[in-house]
Amino acid sequence: MKFGIVRFPGSNCDTDAFRAVTDGLGEEAVFLWHKSHDLEDADVVILPGGFSYGDHLRAGAIARFSPIMREVIAFARAGGPTLGICNGFQILCEAHLLPGALVRNDSLRFRCREVGLRVENASTLFTNAYREGELVRIPIAHAGGQYVADDATLDALEAEGRVVFRYVDVDGRPTAEANPNGSANNIAGIVSAEGNVLGMMPHPERVALEVLGRTDGLGVFTSVARAVTEGNERAVDQGNEPALDRRPEPGAAAGVGS
Amino acid sequence: MTDTYSVDIRITPREGILDPQGETISRALGNLGYEGIRSVRAGRLVRIELEAESSDDAASAVGRMCEELIANPTIEDYVVRVREGVSG
Repeated sequence: MKFGIVRFPGSNCDTDAFRAVTDGLGEEAVFLWHKSHDLEDADVVILPGGFSYGDHLRAGAIARFSPIMREVIAFARAGGPTLGICNGFQILCEAHLLPGALVRNDSLRFRCREVGLRVENASTLFTNAYREGELVRIPIAHAGGQYVADDATLDALEAEGRVVFRYVDVDGRPTAEANPNGSANNIAGIVSAEGNVLGMMPHPERVALEVLGRTDGLGVFTSVARAVTEGNERAVDQGNEPALDRRPEPGAAAGVGS
Repeated sequence: MTDTYSVDIRITPREGILDPQGETISRALGNLGYEGIRSVRAGRLVRIELEAESSDDAASAVGRMCEELIANPTIEDYVVRVREGVSG
């Protein structure tokens, strides 16, 4: 299987994501240039961290209109697994593939440190390698990671199990002190209603190799690789089950609230 | 015949959205001894000069630009004001 990693001007975690896939996971990865209109048959698309277009206007606002985003949006709306990390999460919100928005940290400071996360839902495409409630430590590095959404959206995210990662303390409690940016409900990562799009502010690719000290983040890549492989095997077997649990039929309209 | 219009877009954080920049300004003003400040909201101004058939056309074109790119209605409010026809 193949991961496609989009390179925007200002992406700076693209190589980290590449190495997490190739060295950590042992799968194939290709870089996708932002001016291209070709996803090169990637099974999974990653929008990596960085400061695309200098974060001008709003983080992710310009990248969202990059040429390749036309294909990325079509891929995601057809059920293709799409992972946005940090700036990638901001881009996914700007592109309305995920609800809500990311605004300046409540501290107004750039936060670059390791945070504690609790895996809130271990049955998504991106978290099936974790245990429900598992505590992991993954670094953040952002100035605009405060997740905001209206109350109806937050209620829906919580009710539907779409809050995937939450900032917590060492005991797994989502306290104000454990919240590095003021995010609503300590939200660190969410999935789309269809479950095939994940946005998260922490950087799993930075803790995906033994040489980096820990591999807490590798599970995100392992999970999606497993889900895609199993989906492909099932398709080959011509089973009646859907390729991926919550994956819509290709081309099905994917209404994503905003 | 088109005229050139200058259009101001005033963008502010939506009601209910935390505005850390405004709060920082508010605290700083308090530290300087200014009294009676109830709240500070900080936004930005975007000024666009464009060709349009009329003032209304200029306003509606800029409105579309705001919805698509210039503002994010999830977190921001915006007000469009056509300043005046600049020249013929």
